[in-house]
Amino acid sequence: MAEKRMQKKKKTYLIGRLWHYLSRHKLLIVFALLCMFTSNILALFGPKLSGNAIDAMGIGAGDVDFPKVFYYVGLMLVFYIVSGVLSYILSLLMIRLSRHVIYEMRKDVFNKLSILPVGFFDRYQTGDIISVISYDIDTVNQSFSNDLLQVLQSIVIVVFSLVMMLSIAPVLVLVFAVTIPLSIVFTKFITTRVRPLFRNRSKKLGELNGFVEEMIGGQKTTKAYGQEQQVIDRFDRKNKEAVSAYNKAEYYGTLTGPSVNFINNLSLVFVSVFGALMYLNGSIGLGNISSFVQYSRKFSGPINEIANIIGELQSAFAAAERVFRLMDEMPETPDAEGAAVLSDVYGEVTAEHVSFGYVPQKTIIHDFSMRAKKGSLVAIVGPTGAGKTTIINLLMRFYDVDSGAIYVDDHNIQEITRSSLRGAYSMVLQDTWLFYGTIFENIAYGKENATTEEVIEAAKAAKIHDYIESLPQGYQTVLSDNGINISKGQKQLLTIARAMLLDCNMLILDEATSNVDTRTEQQIQAAMRELMRNKTCFVIAHRLSTIKNADNILVIRDGDIEEQGTHEELMAKNGFYAKLYYAQFETY
Amino acid sequence: MRYIVKYIRPFFGYIAVTLCIKFIASIMELLIPSILATIIDDIVPTGDRGAIFLWGGAMAACALTALLGNVIANRMAAKSSGSITEHIRHDLFCKITFLSARQLDGFTIPSAVSRLTTDTYNLNQMFARMQRLGVRGPILLIGGMIITMIMDPGLTMVLLLTLPVIALLVYVVTKKSVPLYTKQQSILDHMVRVVQENITGARVIKALSKTSYEQKRYDQVNNELADMEQHAGNIMAVTNPGSTLILNIGLTLVVAVGAFRMNAGQTSPGVIIAFLNYFTIILNAMLGITRIFVMCSKGEASAKRVTEVLTTAPDLIVTSSDAEPSPKDNAHIVFDHVSFSYEKVKANINDLSFSLKHGQTLGIIGATGSGKSTIINLLMRFYDVDSGRILIDGKDIRTIPTEELQKKFGVVFQNDFLFADTIEENIRYFRTLSDDEIDDAAQTAQAAEFIRTVGMDYHVSARGNNLSGGQKQRLLIARALAAHPEILILDDASSALDYKTDAVLRRELAHRHFGTTSIIVAQRISSIKGADAILVLEGGNVIGYGTHDELMKTCPIYQEIAESQMGTAEEAESNG
Repeated sequence: MAEKRMQKKKKTYLIGRLWHYLSRHKLLIVFALLCMFTSNILALFGPKLSGNAIDAMGIGAGDVDFPKVFYYVGLMLVFYIVSGVLSYILSLLMIRLSRHVIYEMRKDVFNKLSILPVGFFDRYQTGDIISVISYDIDTVNQSFSNDLLQVLQSIVIVVFSLVMMLSIAPVLVLVFAVTIPLSIVFTKFITTRVRPLFRNRSKKLGELNGFVEEMIGGQKTTKAYGQEQQVIDRFDRKNKEAVSAYNKAEYYGTLTGPSVNFINNLSLVFVSVFGALMYLNGSIGLGNISSFVQYSRKFSGPINEIANIIGELQSAFAAAERVFRLMDEMPETPDAEGAAVLSDVYGEVTAEHVSFGYVPQKTIIHDFSMRAKKGSLVAIVGPTGAGKTTIINLLMRFYDVDSGAIYVDDHNIQEITRSSLRGAYSMVLQDTWLFYGTIFENIAYGKENATTEEVIEAAKAAKIHDYIESLPQGYQTVLSDNGINISKGQKQLLTIARAMLLDCNMLILDEATSNVDTRTEQQIQAAMRELMRNKTCFVIAHRLSTIKNADNILVIRDGDIEEQGTHEELMAKNGFYAKLYYAQFETY
Repeated sequence: MRYIVKYIRPFFGYIAVTLCIKFIASIMELLIPSILATIIDDIVPTGDRGAIFLWGGAMAACALTALLGNVIANRMAAKSSGSITEHIRHDLFCKITFLSARQLDGFTIPSAVSRLTTDTYNLNQMFARMQRLGVRGPILLIGGMIITMIMDPGLTMVLLLTLPVIALLVYVVTKKSVPLYTKQQSILDHMVRVVQENITGARVIKALSKTSYEQKRYDQVNNELADMEQHAGNIMAVTNPGSTLILNIGLTLVVAVGAFRMNAGQTSPGVIIAFLNYFTIILNAMLGITRIFVMCSKGEASAKRVTEVLTTAPDLIVTSSDAEPSPKDNAHIVFDHVSFSYEKVKANINDLSFSLKHGQTLGIIGATGSGKSTIINLLMRFYDVDSGRILIDGKDIRTIPTEELQKKFGVVFQNDFLFADTIEENIRYFRTLSDDEIDDAAQTAQAAEFIRTVGMDYHVSARGNNLSGGQKQRLLIARALAAHPEILILDDASSALDYKTDAVLRRELAHRHFGTTSIIVAQRISSIKGADAILVLEGGNVIGYGTHDELMKTCPIYQEIAESQMGTAEEAESNG
């Protein structure tokens, strides 16, 4: 019971937030409601008018009262046409409304994404986030602009039909004492029975899709081990499960259409029989029977429709919850009040007694201090997964330290704006990041208004100019997923060129050359040295040639800093670093 | 489509029964309004209350029969279409599994996946709906027209006038909106891409302070998409009010024309009332049929995509060997003047020859795109050589049955994959292997330690997303070793391992898998330094071949690589 109340509370809350989007377009909504109301009422007068026209025809040949018939027929035409036009206008208004709502929701979600801390993207899968911004928002929008309207429309139709039927023949309305409970019982049955089955159906289908994607992606491996038959057997199991879930859902799902028709037909039977009996009593005219029959069809239609809509609203609520959950994620804490803008960076970085953990209770860096003088090289080494990028995350304030402080040129980095701090570093990361755009745009990304000469200069320095020139479109080649064949190494070179274009006094390289083969790396070494000259550099690397020349080596193990010092100092210490170092020369 | 019929054929009898039941049910539905007309026109004037109840009972019986018939037929339709789809999906998956690498390249993996999922799903929907609506729609339409024709041919003319107008409306709107939807889809793809880029590039974007630039970029595509959606929506929105309006005008006309005919004594009020009912039924059936056409064209497109895969002829055929195997000097693997090109334009491997004895190790090193992985692809016969030949134990690999060839290898590909299942199953990879063999392999691959902390039953998520790069590679190596292969291939399989683990791994391999012929593709000299022979590749050509010591003397590029990675050799020695 308490849970149910919670559910209700949550729903009210969600509707409140959705209303926030709709309420910006109050005028539009008022117009839409007006159109909906008028259009439906006008259309609903139709059966009554046609009934009147039939009554005006009399029963025998030659009895027809033509002026009266034409009066009603004329009214019918006018009513129907006006109603049709209004209902089209209504559609246009609703489309307009939903265009605004969907645009604003997408915008809000995206703007939220851009101020979330990077840790968020480590935690959530890209696919999940994308499905929120495309699929979920779409569902919410569809539901609340169309389904809600439909509900209102249904209410208008039901109420008006009922009123009309009551005005025609109150006794005949008793027929619905049978069919309405039938509808309700049936609807309840369908919703409780079928919904879990349909959910199961989507789940099984999703599993099948996941399996297929995985296994076709790994087709080569399956072939290599000759396990095609086993994979096919597994697929067959999933396939069978999906088909059987589909059949189970259909087993009840296929009830809906025929049952709705049956209930309609049953009403028709009752109306015909009792209508005929009443006609014999002289308490109803033929035209009124006709109108009544038509109203009864309109009356029972929406009741069944509402069952479907309730299902859709349910899934819309689930989608809305996901959308708002994303919007409610904690953003990066804003810059401190009166944060200074870091300018004319000299390039001295100091860390004092820094401790940090991604999760509050789990400190992984305990007491880290270091001093990097201008132009010095700090290497960060350690086994895979030891947490080397944590240091980078702290330096660039992707995360804030828990205690202690980091200084750039004697400014505590907590007290300067993030953008100016980050702007003081150039950075090349392990994961090459390029976007859909020309090669030129990709290289010039970090520097607005970069000239063609500057970009070419940077590409030359990164040894990628010749390759770019060999492409038919040169620097205007668009980088797309399935376009030109660009290797991982070349992508890496492009991001190096991007960093070359920045003019900063501090540089961060995160295994920047791990995907470039050693020969190519060799070729860009000179350029790299150029890039690194006079800069304070933080380098995560496996390669010893870089590490050995470092002014300070931070050895990371299990997230914490195990040792630090120069190569010679650490070798003399004969600790973890020395072990790592010797390992590379072992052969078998 | 014709090819797909093959799958439907076994169900012909079953479907025929379904359609018969559907036919009866539809006829029953059609009878209801005409009974209504009978009651009003024929029974009421007689004043026979008993007859009214009788006919009312008949109507109810018709309604009940229609309900039962429709439910049974719908369930049968769901069942048969489910089974048909299951068969198609099975065959399709088998076919794709056995496609050669070149053929799969041709289809591309995403397309193969969507053919197996979206397209078979569309087919399933089409089969079921065709059976459900394919009979009901036409019967309601044609039957309705026949009955109305009998009741009153004059009024039927009104009906016949409105039908083509509705058909035209639906046709024009569909034709106009389909290209708009395609366009909308591509803008949506664009928007998704921007979001994706912003997620994967979050660090870079923040580091370069491009947040507001990205927001503007997104806003542009968001606006474009919203405009397009509005535009397409506005056109599609014509259908509903449009067809309702035509229907209502038709109803009005029936009343008007009915008045004249009543006056002339050609029709009766009961007929007009029944007519108004039929009119609604027929026009709904008409709309239903247009929907069937839309569905069929969608289904047809899917059927075409499915058939395309199903009818692909197998390539990489095993030819019978005419020549006797000629194992010269115990050579295990021989590349004999092999050339190959993926696109048949520029050679990816050019005149490659080498020979490897049983138990020897070959190291391959070279720049990105120099053809390292291509050698593996050819040796495992994912592709056939363009010229030259590859021999294993003196036999051309094109004459070795696929299964027998595959059994020889244990392999870790570049970017190899882990799937959502336990660690144990990921190592086992569906093979029948004992627990000891798996533990053993994990031990050798240096995976035992981390497996001990999480357990063999630890559930690996899709693509191994919950493991670190090094852990993934260790599992993959364990998978390659588990069945004690004759030939071990490691294609850049230890790049994520630190030097120390890499070294221990190599030592363990040498001890435990003594006698296994190995091919190791690597970027680090230390990984291949101890190999019996090292192949240095550049642009598909061999530019160096020999042992580490030989290459250090003869191959300047190899020297360059070695020095860049290890400092000078002397220094290493003195430190070690």
